[in-house]
Amino acid sequence: MDLFEYQGKQFFASFDIPVSAGEAVTTVEDAVAAAERLDQWPVVVKAQVHTGGRGKAGGVKLANSVEEVREHATNILGLDIKGHIVKIVWIEVGSDIAEEYYASFTLDRSAKKHLGMLSAQGGVEIEAVAESDPDAIAKIWIDPVDGLDEATAREWVAAAKLNPQATEGAVDILLKLYRAYTEGDADLVEINPLILKPTGEVHALDAKVTLDANAAFRHEWAEYEATQSRDEREQAAHEKGLQYVGLDGSVGIIANGAGLAMSTLDVVNQVGGSPANFLDIGGGANADVMAGALEVINNDPSVKSIFINIFGGITRGEEVANGIVEALNRVTIDAPIVIRLDGTNADEGRAILEPHLSGQLQMQPTMLDAARTAVALAADR
Amino acid sequence: MSIFVDENTKVVYQGLTGSQGRYYGLLNRDYGTQVVAGTNPKKAGEEVDGIPIFASVADAVSATGATASCIFIPAPGVKAAVMEAAEGGVEFIVCITEGVPAQDEAWFFNKLQRDFPGVQLLGPNCPGIISPGKCNIGITAGHIAKEPVPGEKNVGIVSRSGTLTYQALYELKLQDVGVTTCVGIGGDPVPGTSFIDCLERFEADPETSAVMMIGEIGGSAEEEAAEFIKARMSKPVVAYIAGQTAPAGKKMGHAGAIVSGGKGTAKAKMEALTDAGVRVGAHPTEAGSLMVEVIRSL
Repeated sequence: MDLFEYQGKQFFASFDIPVSAGEAVTTVEDAVAAAERLDQWPVVVKAQVHTGGRGKAGGVKLANSVEEVREHATNILGLDIKGHIVKIVWIEVGSDIAEEYYASFTLDRSAKKHLGMLSAQGGVEIEAVAESDPDAIAKIWIDPVDGLDEATAREWVAAAKLNPQATEGAVDILLKLYRAYTEGDADLVEINPLILKPTGEVHALDAKVTLDANAAFRHEWAEYEATQSRDEREQAAHEKGLQYVGLDGSVGIIANGAGLAMSTLDVVNQVGGSPANFLDIGGGANADVMAGALEVINNDPSVKSIFINIFGGITRGEEVANGIVEALNRVTIDAPIVIRLDGTNADEGRAILEPHLSGQLQMQPTMLDAARTAVALAADR
Repeated sequence: MSIFVDENTKVVYQGLTGSQGRYYGLLNRDYGTQVVAGTNPKKAGEEVDGIPIFASVADAVSATGATASCIFIPAPGVKAAVMEAAEGGVEFIVCITEGVPAQDEAWFFNKLQRDFPGVQLLGPNCPGIISPGKCNIGITAGHIAKEPVPGEKNVGIVSRSGTLTYQALYELKLQDVGVTTCVGIGGDPVPGTSFIDCLERFEADPETSAVMMIGEIGGSAEEEAAEFIKARMSKPVVAYIAGQTAPAGKKMGHAGAIVSGGKGTAKAKMEALTDAGVRVGAHPTEAGSLMVEVIRSL
């Protein structure tokens, strides 16, 4: 779950990491009012979107007066940044910057340890630094059982060759950032830039935070959850508890199991089609789940055909077939459906589907045949 | 032979008194698995369909000689359940539960490595493991797996996906190819058992003649497996990688299945495997037929 910058800063602040004072607003009038309340100039007007490259797109502007706040907020609200429309701007007190650094923690899946990265070259894309000057990034691998202690953090800061003036502030922030990452259940915490002010203080000027949705049960994340940017289809699927990812094509996909669903997308692509979505209905395939999945797919106007790909394991073919038949009785589907049913008691399941077959509801013996049929049907409509 | 589990494996089910634990625990017993105990601190002394319930894994181990545990505990309790199993004295822990926080996974993976190096964890978020004809722990439908045939060429399977594993088992069965062990390592970012852990054992297992490996996008486990195969494996490997057309930055169901920063693409994995001499199928059915072709040519 990606947080907006302002939420990331609130998240950081809850772990005592110093961030700039500011307010998140959704209208030009509120932006002006927020700047007046902050009453320290200049302020920065920053687009809140779940993507990078805001600065280049004109989504971050310095304002020295109420008039400039009005002008920038007017331009930024509604701005399209890489397909993300700006609905929220963050107005924060401007900071004097002496130097810009980079700091982050994430999981190194290969090493199965936490990876901390620190660099004296901040403010730019860290990937670019990694490319041009890999030695400029000081990396440490942290065993989750040990955690990060102060002595290690101090050595790490020294290895990154930050300005000695920044040492104390950086060590303090890194220890807090590690706590935010582990205790806060983040997949990623990144501060870029981490700044040294002319006054010697170290401060998080930006915040990029991805939280682990699996840990939601032990946190109060309702507010973050409420602002997730999902398209309508994804929102509807999310509310039904389905694993759904919206895509751009015309073949609606329903499969049981994440691997099989991914594989279904691959096969549809391989035979020249394009999937409208990824949808995993999980191991079982009862009527409720199937009906919910069909509703989500049916509400997507770009879907021209539907491919239901089910492999029965413990859930037997006849249960799956009965689920599909009952779901089809409940939901009226516009697009033609192609079913591939295999695995446990597939023959019994197919026998149940047989009497219901028509031009609108077809069955194919293999994944490949079903994909070809679904793609051909989508092309015809 | 088989890897990790066989007819002598005695299993304690943590969460046997819950609905999922009971359902699969009894199915596993019906298959022939030695389901010797369940645990629930509040129900010690009770039974689930004749299976004794103990307060802890340690109690179950001392009373029944259990050697493995299978966890069907909801995600918030998994960290404690894994440690309870390790401290209780089992050698093999299968964690079926999905939705375990990554921070917990990273923690107990390292904790086990350090303090319980003899304990092997499988999962979390995995379908489990089956050595056909001997032992089935988890949620795999036992009847879709063909038992290994003595004197014939048999296959070992290792997979990150559940349903694709079933499909692989099923296709091999239709082609009359026996399976020594099928390991579902799961779709999470820090799996307790890796491809390499399994490949190493399959290579050493005299009854396994070839290996089928099913990977997916995200991470670099398949690339690492490719290096291992190139350097250390004499037995042929056939692979399939799911998610060849998955867009970057979107999690495809599994917590670990995401292409980020240009890393973890199916293309890179398929190239690494091909480079290591692995035959890679474009889709699961093709991988199945490649496997049959390979096994028939041995």
